[in-house]
Amino acid sequence: MLELLCRSAWRSASALALLAIALGVALGVAVSAIHHAALDEFEAGLRTVSGAADLEVVAARDLDEALYPLLAVQPDVAHASALVERDVDVAVVGGGTLRLKVIGLDAFRAAEVHPALLPPVDGFGRLMEPGSVFLSHAAGRALAVAPGDRLALGRDGTPFTVAGWLPAAGAGAVLAVMDIGDAQWRIGRPGRVSRIALRLRDGVARADAMSRIAALLPAGARLQTPDQALARTDRLSRAYRVNLGLLALIALAVGSFLVAATQAAAIARRTGEIAFLRAAGLTRGQLMRLLVGEGALLGACGALLGVAIGHALAALVLRVSGADLGAGLVVGVAPALSFDAAASAAFGLLSVVSAAAGAAWPARDALDIPPAQALRAGHFSRSPRSPGGAWRARAIGGALLLAALAATLPPFGGLPLGGYGAIAAVLAAAVLAVPPLARALAQSLPERTVLPLALARARLLAEPGFASRSAAGVLAASALIVAMAVMVSSFRGSVDDWLDDVLPAALYLRGDRDRAWPDDIEARLGAVAGVIRVEPIRHQPLLLATDLPPVAFIARPLPGDAGRALPTVGPQWPADAADALPRVWASEAMADLYGWRPGAAVTLPLAGQALQVRVAGLWRDYARQHGAVVMDLARYRALTGDRAADDFGLWLNEGADAAAVAQALGEAGVVADPQALLSGEDIRRRSLDVFDRTFAATYALEAASALIGLAGIAAAFAASGSARVREFGLLRHVGCTRRQIAQQLAAEGLLCALPGLLLGVLAGFAMSALLIEVVNRQSFHWSMDWVVPWARLAGVVFAMLGAAVLAALLGARSALGIGAVRAVRADG
Amino acid sequence: MLALTSIDKTLPGASPRVLLHALDLTVASGEYVAVIGESGAGKSTLLNIAAALERPDAGRVLCDGVEVSALDDDDATRWRRTQVGFVFQAFHVLPWLSLRDNVALPLALAGVAVAERRRRAVAQLAALGLGERAGDSPTQLSGGELQRVAIARALVHRPRLLLADEPTGNLDADNAERVARLLRDAVKGSGASGLLVTHSAAVAASADRVLRLGRDGRLGAP
Repeated sequence: MLELLCRSAWRSASALALLAIALGVALGVAVSAIHHAALDEFEAGLRTVSGAADLEVVAARDLDEALYPLLAVQPDVAHASALVERDVDVAVVGGGTLRLKVIGLDAFRAAEVHPALLPPVDGFGRLMEPGSVFLSHAAGRALAVAPGDRLALGRDGTPFTVAGWLPAAGAGAVLAVMDIGDAQWRIGRPGRVSRIALRLRDGVARADAMSRIAALLPAGARLQTPDQALARTDRLSRAYRVNLGLLALIALAVGSFLVAATQAAAIARRTGEIAFLRAAGLTRGQLMRLLVGEGALLGACGALLGVAIGHALAALVLRVSGADLGAGLVVGVAPALSFDAAASAAFGLLSVVSAAAGAAWPARDALDIPPAQALRAGHFSRSPRSPGGAWRARAIGGALLLAALAATLPPFGGLPLGGYGAIAAVLAAAVLAVPPLARALAQSLPERTVLPLALARARLLAEPGFASRSAAGVLAASALIVAMAVMVSSFRGSVDDWLDDVLPAALYLRGDRDRAWPDDIEARLGAVAGVIRVEPIRHQPLLLATDLPPVAFIARPLPGDAGRALPTVGPQWPADAADALPRVWASEAMADLYGWRPGAAVTLPLAGQALQVRVAGLWRDYARQHGAVVMDLARYRALTGDRAADDFGLWLNEGADAAAVAQALGEAGVVADPQALLSGEDIRRRSLDVFDRTFAATYALEAASALIGLAGIAAAFAASGSARVREFGLLRHVGCTRRQIAQQLAAEGLLCALPGLLLGVLAGFAMSALLIEVVNRQSFHWSMDWVVPWARLAGVVFAMLGAAVLAALLGARSALGIGAVRAVRADG
Repeated sequence: MLALTSIDKTLPGASPRVLLHALDLTVASGEYVAVIGESGAGKSTLLNIAAALERPDAGRVLCDGVEVSALDDDDATRWRRTQVGFVFQAFHVLPWLSLRDNVALPLALAGVAVAERRRRAVAQLAALGLGERAGDSPTQLSGGELQRVAIARALVHRPRLLLADEPTGNLDADNAERVARLLRDAVKGSGASGLLVTHSAAVAASADRVLRLGRDGRLGAP
């Protein structure tokens, strides 16, 4: 039986179907493998930094080092180790920069908590020498430096000498370690540390110790377990990963449609063979298993090929564009690719199941034909059974209802699973609607038309299911392209508008986290010719929940303490003179992640105090998907006494040239680092560049899906062409020219692709609505305005239509050769 | 009249095989000729060459004064469209067209107006006893009925050459006899040249002349 299965599967296998399955699996596996490689390495890096700590004290903007001796002497604490951490961009020999994690530590204290961060014992002395740095091997390789080489690491490019290696650091960790005092002085801030890691005494319950230690911490400082830090890291990129994974799944679905189409045609072609096997003694069950097994085998071969291609693709992407597919979510690691068993198994299983399911339906139809009838001369191979109109209408209605219901579900574990389910249901409804639409389109053609079109019309009226099988891939691919095009255009258009709102000034001066501006900076900036107004901006990361990344707090002038200067969305809480609470504007992410609503009174840990504020309204923020809160600067200063500023927005005279003013600021000695000055236009351009880079991976997935969809048309027509070879031969005998047969095939390709495309576009719009209103909202917590790229969509539709006709012709080219003429002679 | 003169045809390949060699055959208008021979002797190739579906390696094919072996593919197709009718062993009726539209196919290719071709197709079906079923799908017909549809299609455009390749190979004895009679009557009634290849001595016996295609690639007495 197994031998029979292998032989028959080999005969019915379609290289295109195999390739389509492989491509779908490859895309999914590649996306997963890339992100796992990056996250595994990132996690390993975090574990290296966390070391053997049971608890860590962190703050969004460093801790006072005075906290360290206080915590070290607590009875619960066995060992404590303070670290200074900075991500430093280092120039690489040959061009480019490498983001290096630089850690400052006390070698003797760190030995008990962070052993992986230490050089060999004989290097301890060198570690404490000022100007010395130890590198992980990965960092040394990436920077092409060896012990004794000099490395510009410190602020203002202070050179450090590479004193040796960190043998225990992870293979992919891009790390540098120096003495904590040196780190505070050269790259951080004197008197400040980034984290304090604690090892508890044996026998101390961690939960009890946490509550005792948390009571000692100042506002803004948080106590967390290393696992909580890891969970935050995973959250950073999870939504992005899942969205890319979904695209890969759709590509796999397109491949599955393709398998179903080719299996259906192959089984229809083999009706006589199947009937013979039944007559020869194979039971219906055995034959069903044989045919479904063929599909599964095809899926398995495609999966194996796909897993191999996926890992090769992942290795290539990691080498070329980095671990985050250009999204900028994972930095500072040099990930090593390893076999992604989970993704390979999951996508492999999906491909086997979908290919087996694709074979099961036509197999059932073939087995329903009595063998005696199928073996009779002149028996017509029946096309797979198509569900009746009432059943189909109910199924379409049910799928759409399911989509509507799924779209209203809340996120599950932070993921928009309901949105994904709704997208799948919309796709299913659209695929079900192809045969009736294909029939309606064929019927709408005049009966008295040119012969090739009349023949194509007659065939599709008789077999609307063929349109469904061949066009399902095109439908899914075009739906994906339309959905992504509308979503990305809407997103890009909204980001463009948003940049106008959030970048009102002509020039921006960026501050350095570790160096305060001089007190008179505001006056000096305003004194430079061309500058008419200076707007200080204060940034502060606030950790509001240990399992979520920090929220950005921004204090900037808001005229009239109102949100007019912000891209606000939804209703606002009216200002009330009797309300003593200061007003803040929260980004949409705050509403989704923390449940903040206009009018709510919430607490912010600001300037060492827990400050109650009123949420005045929500605003759209595309820069910080983990939340941002804005308060009027004057109010903030009055409440906290903090008069510092991080960045400045500079308004210029009408007609003033931003570049000339920037030069004047440098010449006047107000701004020492010219790179700290950016024009609003520069920031806008860079932001849109990042946006486009981020979506480059999605474009690649869309293109792959389109190719698979077109391969579906080609495969369906190839299978159908080989099944219909005698039909074409007959047409040649009765006087059809090759051109007329080609025209008939082109017309069939057009009539099959058109309903697929029309429904694909409709489904694409529905899917874009789900992506914009449900998936993006739940994944990234931002809304957007609709922008439909009509011209681009029209281009895609016409290109797909043309490509579908070509694919149909290519697929059925065997029908045009002499083989067709000879086939007529064969016993039918 | 169909005239094949000095026809050579060799099957190419690693070990080429001569199918037809210096073959001469003339079929007069209204004459019905049967060719018998072993399987693989080249009978179907002979029909293909007569219909200008394949080119001979050497020799000429003339049909009513037209040298069809010299026509290019498009011209040969156009000639076949109006001048040749085919009947096959496996019927080759298109399952997605009604009986009427199947029969009307050669007329559609010849550019006959829709109403006229439908009228002629139904009349041709009626002449073969299937007029009542003109609107039916071929999937509802028996083998004998399907072959009658195929014969109707082969005759509807009044071809000058009727070619039949094992037309009774899939039929029972009664139906085979009926089809053989129909083909002979069609040739005699239309004045076309009829060329039939078959294994069946009984069917061949209905022809005016019977020839055997030998292993030497020539036609001879049966």
